[in-house]
Amino acid sequence: MKTILSAAALALSLGVSSTAMAAPVKIGMITTLSGGGAGLGVDTRDGFMLAIKRAGNEDVTVVIEDDAQKPEMAVQLADKMIQQENVDILTGIVWSNLLMAVQPGAVAQGKFYVSTNAAPAPLAGKGCSPLYFNAAYQNDNLHEAMGQYANEAHKKMFILAPNYPAGKDSLTGFKRYFKGEVVSEIYTKLGQTDYAAEIAQIRASGADGVFMFLPGGMGIAFMKQFAQSGVETPVMGPGFSFSQDVLPAIGDAALGVKNSGQWSHDLDNEANKTFVDAFKAEYNRLPSIYAMQGYDAAQMILSAAAKADVKDTDAFRAELLKADFQSPRGKFKFNTNQHPIQDIYVREVVKEGDTYTNKIVGTAFTDHGDAYAQDCKM
Amino acid sequence: MTAALAIEQLLNGLQLGVMLFLMAAGLTLIFGVMGLINLAHGSLYMVGAFACAAVASLTGSFWLGLIASLAAAAAAGAIIEVLVIRRLYSRDHLDQVLATFALILIFSEGTRWVFGSFPLYLNIPSILQGAVSLPGGVQYPAYRLAVIAAGGLIALGLAALITRTRLGIRIRAGENDREMIGALGVDIRTLYTVVFALGAALAGLAGALVGALQSVQVGMGEPVLILAFVVIVIGGIGSIKGAFLAALLVGVVDTMGRFLLPHLLATVLPPSEAGTIGGSASSMLIYIMMAFILAFRPRGLFAA
Repeated sequence: MKTILSAAALALSLGVSSTAMAAPVKIGMITTLSGGGAGLGVDTRDGFMLAIKRAGNEDVTVVIEDDAQKPEMAVQLADKMIQQENVDILTGIVWSNLLMAVQPGAVAQGKFYVSTNAAPAPLAGKGCSPLYFNAAYQNDNLHEAMGQYANEAHKKMFILAPNYPAGKDSLTGFKRYFKGEVVSEIYTKLGQTDYAAEIAQIRASGADGVFMFLPGGMGIAFMKQFAQSGVETPVMGPGFSFSQDVLPAIGDAALGVKNSGQWSHDLDNEANKTFVDAFKAEYNRLPSIYAMQGYDAAQMILSAAAKADVKDTDAFRAELLKADFQSPRGKFKFNTNQHPIQDIYVREVVKEGDTYTNKIVGTAFTDHGDAYAQDCKM
Repeated sequence: MTAALAIEQLLNGLQLGVMLFLMAAGLTLIFGVMGLINLAHGSLYMVGAFACAAVASLTGSFWLGLIASLAAAAAAGAIIEVLVIRRLYSRDHLDQVLATFALILIFSEGTRWVFGSFPLYLNIPSILQGAVSLPGGVQYPAYRLAVIAAGGLIALGLAALITRTRLGIRIRAGENDREMIGALGVDIRTLYTVVFALGAALAGLAGALVGALQSVQVGMGEPVLILAFVVIVIGGIGSIKGAFLAALLVGVVDTMGRFLLPHLLATVLPPSEAGTIGGSASSMLIYIMMAFILAFRPRGLFAA
């Protein structure tokens, strides 16, 4: 009785109604909480836990572990969570190479995987699975949006990305929609922090625009060095390179840069206002795109768990597919390969007071799916 | 390809080289004098960068930040020497690797605990903002030029310190025969602490100088540490001159490889494949070079 009362009190104090669950759900979150990529994992976790906390339901438990951005570590953690902790759903992995290592084992053992970020092409196409959902996007999407946007003002683009699966997806996605000429296509080492050699080539290339996909510290380094190089070519990139977690460290060098996102904190809808205010109140900073994706993954799981028992795989999957939740992105539904169909926006980096952030300046795609759905046979 | 591009890339290679030298100098001194493999050298680089970013954002002055980076890294170096490293000199290399690896983890998580998981902001001072025009139509960032100059001056200063001062004599003596200089009445414990703190200060300075160009974040030291080890192995362990020349060699070969290999491959392959293969091949280049050099000179170019 005491616990029920305190749970009720907690729900009241949070000002949200707690939804009854059909059955208890145990979620295993594997994400990057240490090392250079930790900022992304921390935001994923904080966004996810915000939704869980707001739901205020004691039938949901979340186990969180740090993968240190290492594939072998992620695989070990996934095995441990499935075999010892008996989790029903896995989530949280930031990096595509880690997800490629974890996802096949997880779905083979009959566990759901709901991705909060990583969305490599193979898992959206031939390797799709009824148990694998992506709450974020397909890796190519934001890059496709910049390809589409670049058509407006650019004829000759210089493009670069790190040499790993998501980097290849990135440049492939960009080229799928860009109609002009790609004067140079460069793959840099993952984790590289000095871009002087690449910037010199941009200067010499005669390109009228630069598209770069360099998440985390790589993007910070690139933008700072680019600003000092005296090269005036405009830079654009997907939202990850100019997300809330890195903007303060880039500073003025990022101002005016165009980037794409399926969400922005200034998107005008009720669910987004609730999310941004709650996140700021809880963590005292602006949410990044990763935080939003974590939040939506949790909302999605909660919405399905309210209606179906997670042990009843078919029923739970049917509820997940409905995507019956209010996403801060506004519209959201699932494609046949269980990846989102959503709008993708063009954003610009601005300074609001002392805070560097993004503002929506246009829409690149409406109801955009991905190029791999047709290869997915379920 | 134009001459201007080639000159710019050469300068980029030199700049990477002098930064690697600042890291490698401390590493090679510590190995040469004390016989210690210090994996935590990258953490001292990170400490320097964080100290510089923190002080620069508090005071608004990059220069005070630079001084803070030297002081903080030297202090951190002296403290870990006294508390941990001192106990490792008589142990074998495996124990040293284990203990200094533990130090990396402690430094990384400690830094995250103090500064948080998100990268810090550190910009270059306003006097060195922007690019300058060099002869031959080359536009080059002023800050990188200043870094090359600073690195060169520090190399000269270090050479003078080693060859012309009493401390230098003791360091060289320590490299030759540890027991003997102890027997001659030199306070070997203090000498070790001083050498360790000096190496740490150089790493911290490198961290601060590079932090302004790149991002100041947890774990930034480890990739540089690997390159610095390549440098001291090529240069000959314990040799400052070897470290300097090997650092420039590694810097120039790495930069030129990243730039030229994809270009060369593009003459025979489609551009997208040339980019992928060239990118992978160029990141192996310095290791291939190291293997070649060691095949002919197993103790490095300037073995002590």
